[in-house]
Amino acid sequence: MDFNKELDARGLNCPLPILKTKKALGELTTGQVLKVISTDAGSVKDMEAFAKQTGNELLSSMPEGKEYVFFLKKK
Amino acid sequence: MTQKKLAIIATKGTLDMAYPPFILASTAAALDYEVQIFFTFYGLTLLRKDLSGVKISPLANPAMPMPVPMPVLVAALPGMESMATMMMKQKIKKKGVASIGELRAACIESGVKFIGCEMTVDLFDFKREDFIDGIEYGGASTFFEFAGSTDICLFV
Repeated sequence: MDFNKELDARGLNCPLPILKTKKALGELTTGQVLKVISTDAGSVKDMEAFAKQTGNELLSSMPEGKEYVFFLKKK
Repeated sequence: MTQKKLAIIATKGTLDMAYPPFILASTAAALDYEVQIFFTFYGLTLLRKDLSGVKISPLANPAMPMPVPMPVLVAALPGMESMATMMMKQKIKKKGVASIGELRAACIESGVKFIGCEMTVDLFDFKREDFIDGIEYGGASTFFEFAGSTDICLFV
C-alpha cells in the first residue's frame, strides 16, 4: 500500500504508539496515508479505537511476524 | 461533533500513581478531548521541575511484584525505597514504557491544562518556582468550573 509517511513505533509501550501516531498524523494533510509499525500487541485494539474516535480511517491492520502494521488515512 | 472533555484529580505523588493521570490525559488529548488535571496534595509533586523525588515504596504495597519475597521489616530498611525506585525505572525503560517526564511533556505539548491546588502550595510551604511553568493555580471552585461540563471526571 502507498503511504506518505512511516512511523516506527517498535519497542514502545502504551500509550506511546498512539501518542506518536497522533503527532505523525498532524504532519500530514487530509487524505494522506500514515504507515505505523508497532511491536505492542495492545496497539491493535488501541489503533482501532483511536481511528473510530478521531475519524482518521484505519485502512488496514495486520500482523507481520512479531510486528503490527497499520495504515491510517488522515481525516 | 462537540469536543469531549476529561477532568482528572491527581492526589498521589508516587511513581506508580503518577502514571494513570498522565497516561489518561495524554491519550485523551490524542483523541481530541479537552483535558484538565487538578493536582492536589501529594499530586503536586508531579509538577515539580525536578521529578527525582517521585519514587515508589515497597512498603504497604503487598501487590507489588518482587523478584524475591520480601518481609515488611526488610522493605523498611534504609535505601530500600531508592532501590525499588531504581529497579522500577529500569523495568519501565526496558519495556518501552514512557517515563513520567516524557508523558508530562506529551500532555503539555497536546494542550492539557494543569491546575495546581493553591491551598496545598500554602499548606506545605511549596515554592512556585519549584514547579514547571504554565500552571494555573486555583481551588476547588476553579476545578468545578471545568469539571462540571466534562464527559468524564476521574479521581486518582
